[in-house]
Amino acid sequence: MKNKELILTSAQVRNRTLLSLVFLFSFFGICVAGWKWLQKQPKEKSALKPLRKALDANESIFLGMFNNNHLSKTYPKSLAVPRVRVNGNYGLNEDFDPATWSLQLVKSAGDTLLISLDEIKKLPKTEIVFDFKCIEGWSQVTHWGGVKFSDFVKYYGLEEQTQLQFAGFITPDEDYYVGIDMKSMMHPQTMLCYEMNDKPLPLNQGFPLRLIIPVKYGVKHLKRIGRMYFSNQRPPDFWYERGYDYFCGL
Amino acid sequence: MKRIVRKHPLAIRWFHWLNFPILAVMIWSGMLIYWANDVYRIGWGNKTILKFFPDSFNKALNIPFRLAEGMSLHFFFMWLFVINGLLYFLYLLFSKEWKLIFPGKKALKEAWQVILHDLHIKRTLPPQKKYNAAQRIAYTAVILMGFLMLLTGLAIYKPAQLYWLCAILGGYEWARAEHFIITILFCLFFLVHVIQVMIAGWNNFRGMVTGFEVVKTKKIPVEPTANNVPENNIQPTATS
Repeated sequence: MKNKELILTSAQVRNRTLLSLVFLFSFFGICVAGWKWLQKQPKEKSALKPLRKALDANESIFLGMFNNNHLSKTYPKSLAVPRVRVNGNYGLNEDFDPATWSLQLVKSAGDTLLISLDEIKKLPKTEIVFDFKCIEGWSQVTHWGGVKFSDFVKYYGLEEQTQLQFAGFITPDEDYYVGIDMKSMMHPQTMLCYEMNDKPLPLNQGFPLRLIIPVKYGVKHLKRIGRMYFSNQRPPDFWYERGYDYFCGL
Repeated sequence: MKRIVRKHPLAIRWFHWLNFPILAVMIWSGMLIYWANDVYRIGWGNKTILKFFPDSFNKALNIPFRLAEGMSLHFFFMWLFVINGLLYFLYLLFSKEWKLIFPGKKALKEAWQVILHDLHIKRTLPPQKKYNAAQRIAYTAVILMGFLMLLTGLAIYKPAQLYWLCAILGGYEWARAEHFIITILFCLFFLVHVIQVMIAGWNNFRGMVTGFEVVKTKKIPVEPTANNVPENNIQPTATS
């Protein structure tokens, strides 16, 4: 139909209309069939397989664009909330005895370093006040103190380990665990945290040591680190297994 | 015989109808995500006129506890929304169709006259091409809303990497609220759009399906030229 105007018989108009309607309804039919097909797909880590593939593809796109100089917005201390929201207590088993705790740093298979909280506190201290973002959609300006992960790496000579793609964290009771890509770990705002609002972490916020990683949703800020290790494969991740994105990068 | 006039190019019709299922999935998955922190309402102080969304509404649609599913859908279909939207916009620019959509200088005044006409207060309409001024404003606004949807979405998707975008939009929480408000506006647009299309009738609707509209004429003039002088000089008669 090149010309702007055409003169057709009524039958021709009817036929053209019918043909187009057949196309439109076929299109809707394909959409509905596609939706039903999608819902019937097998699941991978609790997410429909095609959608899991899309999440993983998004991860490689945004990890490829990840820039260490792009920082989460920080705030003055006065804006930090005094009462910090507690959301979830997976991995915070009641039996925990802080006196016997030390960080297990697995440098390689069979080479585990035990590090006490006092030793960690001797490392250069850093503080951050940022908008903590939960995957549920809420956020809160909170104040944390600890050691930058990149400083920790330097002090304990983990240059070789940080050449691997992931770091894994697991709570002492092994109920909660996360895996994090190394680029995000080495981000200058990522820290092993032992203070909140200038005081030692409360038990329900992960005493003695937790992860604070502003370039990730809260689910990755594992409370009460028991063991830390490094790997080229994705370490197991609690919410990943429950259908969420592995990356969770902001 | 009927005289038909081209109205919507094939590309525009594809963009238009593709947008329908894409937006449906984006809004649905957005609702699954929003439920996990459903803090928005219309009201003041302790007085709430409308909660987004009432619990009965959530339950009726089986929305609760599907955050992970919502996110996986949202972050796949977002690509289709962006690709379809950008191709549509590029098509508007390069095909010059934008001239038929973007409002002109007198658009506001004319749109007011269109509204008076639609409310049966005024009988005449200002002269128009494909769209009247009110349509031009509405359709251009919806394109802008699409862009804002993309920008606010990116700001809450990557607030650290796109910290500057997040800042421009008033911060993380504002960007989330804006993303939500634009969704509501999209739904309102959809409602008005469907009602207006129903009022406008079959011929107009068919335009978005077939691409053409039938123009009513009593006589179809055939200008005799060197090429088309009918041999028997029979004039076709209009039967519309």
